[in-house]
Amino acid sequence: MTPLPRWVELGLLPLANISLAFLVAGAVVALIGESPVEAMAVMLKGAFVYDGALGYTLYYTTNFMFTGLAVSVAFHAMLFNIGAEGEAAMGGLGAALVCIALDAVLPGLMVIPIAIAGAAAFGAAWAVVPGWLQARRGSHIVITTIMFNFIAAGVLVSLLSGPLMRAGQSSPQTRDFAEAARLPFLHDIARALGFPATATPLNLSFLIALLAAFGVWVLIWRTRWGYALRAVGHSEGAARYAGIPVPRMVVVAMAVSGALAGCMALNEILGAQGRLVLNFTSGYGFTGIAVALMGRNHPVGIFFAALLFGALYQGGAELDFEFQTITREMVVLIQGLIILFSGALALMFVPALARIFRARAQ
Amino acid sequence: MTELWIDALRILDGSLRLATPLILCAMAGLVSERAGVIDIGLEGKMLAAAFAAAAVASLTGSPWAGMAAALGVAVALALLHGFACITHRGEQIISGVAINILASGGTVVAGIALFRQGGQTPPLMAGERFRPIRLPGAEALADIPVLGPLYAELVSGHTLPVYLAVLSVPLIAWLLGRTTFGLRLRATGEMPLAVDSAGLSVAVIRYRAVVIAGLLCGLAGVFLSTAHGAGFVREMSAGKGFIALAAMIFGKWRPWPVFGACLLFGFLETAAARLQGVTLPLIGPAPVELILLLPYIATVVLLAGFFGRAVPPRALGVPYRKER
Amino acid sequence: MTEPDREGPPPAVRLAGISKRFGAVQANRDVALEVAAGSIHGIIGENGAGKSTLVSILYGFYEADEGRIEIAGQKAVIRSSADAIGHGIGMVHQHFMLVPTFTVLENVMLGAEGGALLARGRAETRAELLRLSATYGLEVDPDALVGDLPVGLQQRVEILKALRRGARILILDEPTGVLTPDETDRLFEILRGLRREGVTVLLITHKLREIMAVTDRVSVMRRGEMVAHRETAATTREDLAELMVGRKVLLEVPRVETAPGAVALRADGLTWRDARGVARLKEVSLELREGEILGVAGVSGNGQSELLDLLSGIEGVQEGRIAIGPRAIDRAHPADPSEMRAMGVAHVPEDRHRRGLVLPFEAQENAVLGYHHGPATGSGQLLDLGALGAHCATLMRRFDVRPANPRLRASGFSGGNQQKLVLAREIEQAPRILLVGQPTRGVDIGAIEFIHTRLLEMKKAGAAILLVSVELDEIMALSDRIAVMNAGRIEGVLTRAEATPHRLSLLMAGVREGEAA
Repeated sequence: MTPLPRWVELGLLPLANISLAFLVAGAVVALIGESPVEAMAVMLKGAFVYDGALGYTLYYTTNFMFTGLAVSVAFHAMLFNIGAEGEAAMGGLGAALVCIALDAVLPGLMVIPIAIAGAAAFGAAWAVVPGWLQARRGSHIVITTIMFNFIAAGVLVSLLSGPLMRAGQSSPQTRDFAEAARLPFLHDIARALGFPATATPLNLSFLIALLAAFGVWVLIWRTRWGYALRAVGHSEGAARYAGIPVPRMVVVAMAVSGALAGCMALNEILGAQGRLVLNFTSGYGFTGIAVALMGRNHPVGIFFAALLFGALYQGGAELDFEFQTITREMVVLIQGLIILFSGALALMFVPALARIFRARAQ
Repeated sequence: MTELWIDALRILDGSLRLATPLILCAMAGLVSERAGVIDIGLEGKMLAAAFAAAAVASLTGSPWAGMAAALGVAVALALLHGFACITHRGEQIISGVAINILASGGTVVAGIALFRQGGQTPPLMAGERFRPIRLPGAEALADIPVLGPLYAELVSGHTLPVYLAVLSVPLIAWLLGRTTFGLRLRATGEMPLAVDSAGLSVAVIRYRAVVIAGLLCGLAGVFLSTAHGAGFVREMSAGKGFIALAAMIFGKWRPWPVFGACLLFGFLETAAARLQGVTLPLIGPAPVELILLLPYIATVVLLAGFFGRAVPPRALGVPYRKER
Repeated sequence: MTEPDREGPPPAVRLAGISKRFGAVQANRDVALEVAAGSIHGIIGENGAGKSTLVSILYGFYEADEGRIEIAGQKAVIRSSADAIGHGIGMVHQHFMLVPTFTVLENVMLGAEGGALLARGRAETRAELLRLSATYGLEVDPDALVGDLPVGLQQRVEILKALRRGARILILDEPTGVLTPDETDRLFEILRGLRREGVTVLLITHKLREIMAVTDRVSVMRRGEMVAHRETAATTREDLAELMVGRKVLLEVPRVETAPGAVALRADGLTWRDARGVARLKEVSLELREGEILGVAGVSGNGQSELLDLLSGIEGVQEGRIAIGPRAIDRAHPADPSEMRAMGVAHVPEDRHRRGLVLPFEAQENAVLGYHHGPATGSGQLLDLGALGAHCATLMRRFDVRPANPRLRASGFSGGNQQKLVLAREIEQAPRILLVGQPTRGVDIGAIEFIHTRLLEMKKAGAAILLVSVELDEIMALSDRIAVMNAGRIEGVLTRAEATPHRLSLLMAGVREGEAA
C-alpha cells in the first residue's frame, strides 16, 4: 500500500478521529436533550473565561502532561505502560516520605529537590519491575502494570490507614507538610511580584512539567539514547543489528516513564494538597494514555492534548452548575471516545483515505 | 463443633457470592483469550451491564427486562471491541482501555440523565431484583447433621446469577473441550493460520468468542446491581474485572483451575472482611490490605514464571491478516 | 511446451496464463502448467522463482490477478482454502499449519469435524486414521500432542489432514527442507503409495535429487515464469540445473585482480543451534583474506543468514571460534555488534527492511544506524542534526541515492536506493572486513551495476569481503573464491576458475563431487 501523504497522516487522519469522538459525544448530549453547542460554550467559558478558570485548567493540564509524557516515553519503545496510575501513587509516597522525614530538619529549599527526586525515584522503581519482568522473564507488561496499579493502591491504603496516618485523626492521609517544603502556588508568586492573581491550585509544578516536556523532547529526539530507544520501538531487528542492548533499553525506558508518572505527585502532593491523600491519582494515569495517543507521542502534541483534557476537566466541572442532566462525567465519556477513535480505531479511515489519495495520485 | 461448621459454611457461602462476578468475567476473558483476543475490557462491560440491568429493571419493574438490557449492552461493547480489534486490527489493549473508560463515564452520564440521582439508579424494590432461591427442602433438611447445613447454607439460597455462574464453568469447559465450535475456537487462539488453511474464517470465530464474552460479562453486571446489590452505584464493579483477569491467568486459561482461582480470590476477600480489626495470635492486627493484594501479587509472580509457567494462547493479541 | 493429451482423461490440474503481482514484484508471469491425474509432478526452481506463490494460488491463499484454473477438466474458481478443499485439493505447507497444543486427532479433525459435537467425529476420524495409515503406511499415534512429535511425523499429520478431507490432489511445498535423509526416503515411499491409490501429487522443491528420485514429470520455474516441462526419465540433473539457474548474460563489471593479503577473519568449527535446538550451522570453518571477495553461494535457508549473524555479532557464538586479528571470539568471550564495528567489521544485512533500516526513521537517522555513538552524530552530548544531515548528504552524493533528501523516511525510497543507503553507510566507514548479504535483492539493474562496482573498489582498496548471495551470477561475477553452503555446512570451496554454474548448482543441491551422473 502506498503511504499516505504526510499532511494526511499527521493532520487529516488524527483530526478526523478526534472530530468523530466529539461528534459522538455531541450526539450523546443531544440524545440527553441538551444542546451540544451550548454545552461546549459552557465548557469553554468554564475552562478559560471565568476568574481563575485558566489557573484550574492549567493545574489539571499539569497532571495530564506528566502522565502523558510518561506513557509516551514507554510507547516510543513499543511498551504499553498501563501503570502510570500506580507509578504516580508511588511517586506521591516517595515525595511524602521525604517531606515527613525532613521538613522539620532541613530548610524547604533543600527538602523540595529531594522530595522531587523521591517522587521520581519511587515512580521509576515501581515501573522498573514490570519492565525487568518483561525484558528478562517474558511477562506481559500490560498485565503486570495493571496488577501493579492495584498493588500500589493497596500499599497506599495500608500505609495511610496505618503508620503514615496523621496522629489523632481517622481519615487516611498524612499530616500536612511544612509550608516551606511545598511547591509555591503561582498566584502567590504572582502576588509577590506585585501582580493581582486569583487563588487557584496551580503551582510551580506546571513550570516543571513544561521543563519535563522539553526534557523529554531533547531526550527522545536529540540524544543518542533517545535514538536507540526509538530504534528499539520501531524495529527490534534493526536495533539488534545496530548493537543496541534491547532488554536494557526496555528497563531504562520504563524507569524514565515511571519517573515522569511519579512526578505527577509534584502537582498534587507537593503542590495542591501539601499532604499525601488517598486516590489522588483519580484516573489521571489512564487519561495519560489518551493524552499520549492524541499528542502522537510528541511533547508538543502532548502539551496541547493535556491542555485539551485540562480544559475538559475544568470546563466539565462547570457543566454541573449549568445543567441538570449533564455533568463532568461527560468528560470521562469524551476521553473514552478519544481513546477509541484515536487509538483502537486509529486506522479505520486509512483504507478509504488511501483509496482517495491513490486515485488522485494516478 | 456444629457452630464452627456453620461458620465455615457461611464463609464459603460468602466466598461463592463474592466470587460470582469473578467467575463470570474470568470465563468471559477465558473464551475471548482462548480465541486470541485480549480482553482487558471485562471491567467496563460488567459495569455497563450492571447499570443497564438496574436502570431497565427500575424503569420497567422487571429484573428480566433488566437482564436482557444488560446482556444487550455488554454484547454491544463486545462487538465494538471486535470491530476495533478483529475488523480493523486495532490494538486490543487500547480498545479494552477505551471500553473501560467509556463504561465508567457513560454509566454516570446516562444515570444522571435518566434518574438525576448523581449517577445512581433508584434503589430497587424486591420485585425488581433477583431474589435468593430457596432450593426445595432446604429448611426440612437443615437439621440433618453436617450435610443439612451444607445444603441449606451453601447450596441453597443464592440468586439466579450465582447459579448461572457456577453452571457457566462446566458449560464453558464442555463448549471448549467437547464441541466443534470449541475446537475451532482454541485452534484460532493458538494457530489462526491452521484455521484459515482448513477453510474456516478466523474473523467469524473470533467475533463469536467476543460475543460470548459479552454475554458472560453482562450476567456479571446483572449480579452486581440486581441480585447482590439493589441498584446501581457508580464504579460498583470496583476492579473486579481486573481481579477476574488475574484469576484467568492464575488458572492458566483453563475453566476449572480458573474457577478455583476465582473461589480462592473470593475467599480472600471474605476472609479480609471478616478479619477487619481482628487481632491474630503472633501476627497482631490482621494484615487485611495484604490479603486483598494477594491475587495481584500471585498473578505477577506466576506470570514471571517463578513457580510453574502460565503459557497464554500463542496467537493472543496478534491480529490476523489474510493476504490477498 | 508439451501438447495436452487430447485422447486420455483430462489432467488433474491445468493452469493457464496465471499472473500474480505483489507491489513491485511480479511473482508469477503467464504461468501454464498441466498435471496428469495420478502422477507425481515436480516443480523445481530456485528460491524466489515463484513456486510457492503458484501453489498458494492453487490452494486459495492468494488470488491470481489473471489466469484460469481447471480441475479435472472443469473450470474452477478458487477464492479461499475452503474452495480448494471443495475441489479435492489438499496442501502440505512448508511451514506446518498445525496447532502444536492439539493432538494428532484434533488437528486432523479441524475443519472437518462432522457435526456440532466432537464425540462422533472423534470416533470416525480415529477409524479413518487407522484406515489411512494402513493404506498408505502413514503410521502416527492419534493421541500424541503434535508439538511433541518430530517434524517428520508432523508432516505425516499434514498429509493425513489433507487425505481426511478427501484430497485427490496433494500439494507438498518444499516438504523435505526439515527432514533427515531417512525421513525423506520414507516420505517418498508414502508419495508412491498415494500415486498407487490414484492421488495426484504436486511436489515443490529446489532439490534436483528429489525430482530425480520420485517424480514422473517435472516443470522448471525461473524468475516467476515457467521455463520448461520435462519427462523425468528423459532428462538429467545437469539439464535441470541449467534450466533452473538460467544462462543469463553476466553483467559486465570489469574484474579487478588483486593478490590476496593476510587473513582478516578466521572462523573455526562454528556450530550454532536456534532457539528450538535445530542446528543451523554445522562445523563451519573459513578464512577471509584482505583484498579478496569470498562468495558464499547456496539456496537460501541453508545457514548463510546464521553465518552472517554470527560473524557480525548479532548472535553469540555457541561452539567454535571467530578470530579477527588478535581478538578471539567464542562462547566465553562474546562480542556484540558494537564491538564488531569497532574492530572494523561492517555488515550489509540480507534483510534491509527488518535489519538494515528502521523504515520509519529519516534517511539521515538511518545513515548512522549502528554508528550512532560515532563522530557522524556530532561531538557533543546531543545529536547534532546538522552533522547528521551533512553526513547523510555526503553519503547520498557519493552513492547516488535518490531523492537526495536526508529528511525523507527510509520507507519512502525505492528498494535500490534503500540498499544504496545501507551500502553507503557501511562502506563509508572504510571497514577492514565487509559482510554483505544479498546486496542486490529487489534492486533495479542500474543499481546492481553500481553496487557491484563499489564492492570491487572496496576489494581493490584491500578490504576483506564476504558476499552472501543466492544469485549465482552475482557470486560468479564478483568472487575470487566461492564457498557453497548446504544444510548448514560448507560443501566445498572453489576458486573462480574452478567454479562453473553447473558445478556450483550441483554443490548447492547437495550433490558432492563425483556423485553427479
